[in-house]
Amino acid sequence: MFDQLSGKMSGVLEGLSKNGKLTEGDVTEAMREVRLAMLEADVALPVVRDFVNKVRERSVGHEVLESVSPGQAVAKIVNDALIDALGGAGAVPLNLAAVPPVPVLMVGLQGSGKTTTSGKIALRLSQREGKKVLLASLDVYRPAAQLQLQQLAERVNAITKRVTALPIVAGQSPVEIAKRALDTGRREGYDVVILDTAGRLSIDEALMDEVRQIRAVTNPAETLLVVDAMTGQDAVNTAKSFNEAVGITGVVMSRMDGDARGGAALSMKAITGAPIKLTGSGEKLEALEEFHPERVAGRILGL
Amino acid sequence: FTHRKLDDAALEELEDELIAADLGPVVAERVIESFRSSRFGKDVTSDEIRDALAEEIARVLEPVAIPFEPDPKKKPHVVLVVGVNGVGKTTTIGKMARHYSDEGKSVMLVAGDTFRAAAVEQLQVWGQRSDVPVIAGKHGADAAGLAYDGIKRATEEGKNLLLIDTAGRLHNKGALMEELAKIIRVMRKFDETAPHSVLLVLDATTGQNAIEQVRVFRELVNVTGLIVTKLDGSARGGIVVALAEQFKLPVHMVGVGEQVEDLRPFSAQDYARGLVGGAAGDLASRLVDSQPDTPEQA
Ligand SMILES: Nc1nc2c(ncn2[C@@H]2O[C@H](COP(=O)(O)OP(=O)(O)OP(=O)(O)O)[C@@H](O)[C@H]2O)c(=O)[nH]1
Ligand SMILES: Nc1nc2c(ncn2[C@@H]2O[C@H](COP(=O)(O)OP(=O)(O)OP(=O)(O)O)[C@@H](O)[C@H]2O)c(=O)[nH]1
Ligand SMILES: [K+]
Ligand SMILES: [Mg+2]
Ligand SMILES: [Mg+2]
Repeated sequence: MFDQLSGKMSGVLEGLSKNGKLTEGDVTEAMREVRLAMLEADVALPVVRDFVNKVRERSVGHEVLESVSPGQAVAKIVNDALIDALGGAGAVPLNLAAVPPVPVLMVGLQGSGKTTTSGKIALRLSQREGKKVLLASLDVYRPAAQLQLQQLAERVNAITKRVTALPIVAGQSPVEIAKRALDTGRREGYDVVILDTAGRLSIDEALMDEVRQIRAVTNPAETLLVVDAMTGQDAVNTAKSFNEAVGITGVVMSRMDGDARGGAALSMKAITGAPIKLTGSGEKLEALEEFHPERVAGRILGL
Repeated sequence: FTHRKLDDAALEELEDELIAADLGPVVAERVIESFRSSRFGKDVTSDEIRDALAEEIARVLEPVAIPFEPDPKKKPHVVLVVGVNGVGKTTTIGKMARHYSDEGKSVMLVAGDTFRAAAVEQLQVWGQRSDVPVIAGKHGADAAGLAYDGIKRATEEGKNLLLIDTAGRLHNKGALMEELAKIIRVMRKFDETAPHSVLLVLDATTGQNAIEQVRVFRELVNVTGLIVTKLDGSARGGIVVALAEQFKLPVHMVGVGEQVEDLRPFSAQDYARGLVGGAAGDLASRLVDSQPDTPEQA
């Protein structure tokens, strides 16, 4: 990807003489390409603006060594800045350093992948770390949502023997279910309690207030925002509202197995400040991976 | 009235607003260019900006605003509902079941998602809500066989409309797309004209990837129309403008909530105003706030 980006930049920076410093004019031209690539990748406009400004500042006046072309020089600056903006090289693990049962709260828009991801995280924690995990569905709205999580728990349990779904009790509110989940977790010696919530719109005040209450009564160690990798410009609103309401500690990008360029990842990181911790790479319970910024950077630039 | 010259800076701001509504950088630029040629340099009020831009966009959407009308001669009119994961296929079928039942049509559903956990039960709840029968098999059952059974039953019972739910699948997964093609092949063993409609459901929060979704689904399963969901949120669904330009596929209806009644016909005017209302609408008021009448305009 690096070669292609520097190729593109070289085209743009053709006029620049070697051994020189990158001038404002040269860089402005190159930044147009970067801006377009990022918008095509669905990075949110305000995030693109910030990023481009930052890269412009870093580039102008930058000395171009004899050994590299100006195109290569700018491409490297862009690439490094992007990896940086995505959280720096390497993956950030889930933080479960709390007194068990450790609550993990899953939030996000409708259909983003919360329930499936809950099942995947349960599999990962029980399989790799030997954790005993309780899965609790707080979704009392979507038809068969609680049943969906229960079936996922059964599938995971068939593999690891350490995962259970909180029994479904009709008529309880999400806050009541959350409390019951933590009580059960304590009483029955669970290590982790995953709280799967109903999908909600960031502008739905009543439901955003509900999730705020859930957070207040459970004090989760991780509050994970699950975001579809195909998300467009609305990523800004989602990131802002959920972060303001419940304080996001990590982001999960689902459906990275698609061919979306996944610019929403950059928007999420830029707006919430929370690291992207995991990516969903399929519908199967095993399809959960650590997030590697250096891989996603190239994908966002479409190169 | 407060006026402002619609100069380069103002046009650029408008373009950014359209990008923020998911039209995509290229389409946004094109819309603004043609807007520029008709309006450039004129003094305009904020309302005029909004109206003119909405008009411009509505012109693109008008040709694709085509209501969905089941063919009354077909018994049943067979509809296959497809799309990537989580966009709202099952919910939309639930809403359609109610809508067409209320119109006096007899409706039957097929729980063709035999893959995702509790997908069958989810559709069954929707069936109960409108007292519409649901053909379902076991988890992991062959979706094509189920669709075949569905057409057979619906034909025997003289139903008007058969809505077939399918598992969500990403368009870049060849094997899953082939499975969809197989569902169609098997259906045709019973009725070679089926399915009469293939509706692709799109999520309004989706960005530029929607273009690939439409391109691939259309190529592989001959999509006849689009449905856009989740327009009750803050996402403006601007990608539909790009889709209308590029594919000219009918956009039949929109989803505006999770309840059974939250389905609306697609209206080019309303959609365009929704796009601009949240975009240029805001911009227009900002322009007015920040730019009082300048002497040259007085
Ligand atoms: N291809 C793919 N599909 C996924 C991934 N994660 C989830 N899905 C699918 O996305 C769809 C929606 O997932 P859910 O887990 O039900 O989403 P949700 O956020 O719980 O939905 P609501 O509870 O309705 O808000 C399902 O079809 C899942 O199988 C992923 O990483 N890749
Ligand atoms: N706000 C809002 N939510 C919607 C709308 N349509 C569907 N949803 C929600 O989106 C989520 C996913 O809807 P489903 O109908 O399960 O989506 P699907 O395409 O069948 O999902 P899979 O079968 O898993 O691929 C659910 O929480 C629905 O309630 C809509 O128009 N507005
Ligand atoms: K989605
Ligand atoms: Mg769910
Ligand atoms: Mg479904």
